[in-house]
Amino acid sequence: MSEQAATPAPTAAARPAEKAESLLLRHVAAFFESPLAVVGLAGLVLLVAAALAAPLIAPQDPYDLAQLDIMDGTLPPGAESLAGYTYWLGTDEQGRDMLSAILYGLRISLGVGAVSVVIACAVGASIGVLAAYAGGRIDSLVMRVVDLQLSFPAILVALVLLAVFGRGVDKVIIALVIVQWAYYARTVRGSALVERRRDYIEAARCLALPKSRIVFRHLLPNCLPPLIVVATVQVAHAIALESTLSFLGVGVPVTEPSLGMLIANGYDYLLSGKYWISTFPGIALVAAIVAINLVGDRLRDVLNPRLSR
Amino acid sequence: MSQTQSPAAGDDVLLSVRNLSKHFPTANGVVKAVEDVSFDVRRGHIVGIVGESGSGKTTAGRCILRLVEPSEGEAIFDGVDLFKLSQKALRAYRRRMQIIFQDPYSSLNPRMRVGDIIGEAIDTHRLAKGAARQARIAELLTRVGLSPEHARRYPHEFSGGQRQRIGIARALAVEPELIVADEPVSALDVSVQAQVLNLVQELQKELGLTMLFISHDLTVVEYLCDDIVVLYLGRVMEQGPAREVYANPRHPYTRALLSTAPIPDPTVRRERVILQGDIPSPLDPPSGCVFRTRCPFAIDACATTVPPRETVSPGHTVACIRQAELASLDIRKVSA
Repeated sequence: MSEQAATPAPTAAARPAEKAESLLLRHVAAFFESPLAVVGLAGLVLLVAAALAAPLIAPQDPYDLAQLDIMDGTLPPGAESLAGYTYWLGTDEQGRDMLSAILYGLRISLGVGAVSVVIACAVGASIGVLAAYAGGRIDSLVMRVVDLQLSFPAILVALVLLAVFGRGVDKVIIALVIVQWAYYARTVRGSALVERRRDYIEAARCLALPKSRIVFRHLLPNCLPPLIVVATVQVAHAIALESTLSFLGVGVPVTEPSLGMLIANGYDYLLSGKYWISTFPGIALVAAIVAINLVGDRLRDVLNPRLSR
Repeated sequence: MSQTQSPAAGDDVLLSVRNLSKHFPTANGVVKAVEDVSFDVRRGHIVGIVGESGSGKTTAGRCILRLVEPSEGEAIFDGVDLFKLSQKALRAYRRRMQIIFQDPYSSLNPRMRVGDIIGEAIDTHRLAKGAARQARIAELLTRVGLSPEHARRYPHEFSGGQRQRIGIARALAVEPELIVADEPVSALDVSVQAQVLNLVQELQKELGLTMLFISHDLTVVEYLCDDIVVLYLGRVMEQGPAREVYANPRHPYTRALLSTAPIPDPTVRRERVILQGDIPSPLDPPSGCVFRTRCPFAIDACATTVPPRETVSPGHTVACIRQAELASLDIRKVSA
């Protein structure tokens, strides 16, 4: 036995270190193999950084009425203000610098998208994994609710909810969570049903581990890869949805303009040739969504061995 | 706690399984995966459950541990019927019975470190804390032939044999009395099988473990077990002391199984009992004796009578209506 004990040890000691590293490194390396994904990631990092740094880098605080001058209203891109600085992307009808408004709008849009996804993901994943573990009637019931939820167009449900709730960033987030949790519940349940049948779950039951521990410590962590992919793509959906709602006038309040609201503000001026008020926020919105989708698509390829290799 | 004394359970019997049945309702009918299986496991002994794939041996093992809920029967463990315990009362017994799995790749949580996998067992049953816990993990890893540093690693960093050792360490962490080993070596390379089997045997002797060893490999069972139970389509064909069953197999199915095992002696010739076809569908098992469709000695009566259990020597029972007349044929040992 002493012989056997000695032999596996050195091989194990030599191999694991590099193998452990390579697992994460392999994923990272695979991610960077795609130039498109790298562009997406770079764009996303840039947009997030710009949104976070908005108060520092924006030429103007679009919320500070004292800084606005109504005389600067609807100036074209490149025009100079009365105070002497340049509006690179023009101004809206209230004399707001569009560049500053976009930077601040990105904060709202990305923030709402990220927060709603995190909450929806936590809620949906918990429900999904519990349904899968419980099985039977509870599982069927939860999944029928999910089907019901997914059978309605998200925008319709969100419109109804906001009509009831009223406007507000928090209310938009709640509405987004309600229309999105079902995606996560379904995704997690699917992988949890597979994982549940594995022996390590039996082993955990045989050790009399508490159910909560089996579900959240054993089952859920093993269902994460597909969840990460869905969550990434859903951030883009959430942003688009929030912008749509704000464009329709039921989303964020006027005092906290998101990109969608900026587009709505400029909509009236499009036909009078003042394209910049809607167009530039629109470009920013498209850039954010495309960047997130590029990253999400690549993550899916990397984390799903059946698709990638 | 409900206490059910089994009349059959002697002092040295740790586990007494009586009339265990497990029926799975399916869309096409009821599958009788395990039907009326009874056996005793004496303290410190190893009982082997043998059978082909689909014979219900794994289901039987899991029923005893209540990982699968049994349909009927009882399992008297140290005087208490495990099948009657509530989930809450069962918790206390979980510590006393553990399982070793067949597939070392699915039996370890890939997202937990080895130390946490073993430590979790210790924590749940509050067996040790802090430094004592770490020492215990190190001790367990050393005991199964790994090194204490391995506690920091993840399962995917180990080979199949090493993973099986980790699984064994996890089972031992709660100091169980009974271990159900569900084909613990059949997923491993042949070269590693012997190492793990030796480990299992050593641990069993040193710790005085009682074991239920499930396997399809008769040579392994012969080498390891004190008693054996031969299952076919969920029914017991033959059971008894291993030495006796190997030396004097009475059931045609046992004979067929034994004749597939190679004998490392070229001068010995034995008549082979070769089985035709596959194990029948458990959805629609043959009438009478379930083995009759593949039995080379089947007669018309086999289709009508469910063979009763006949005792051929102390502790050795056979379920075959022709066992007495076949015994005189002596089909197993024909030397050249």
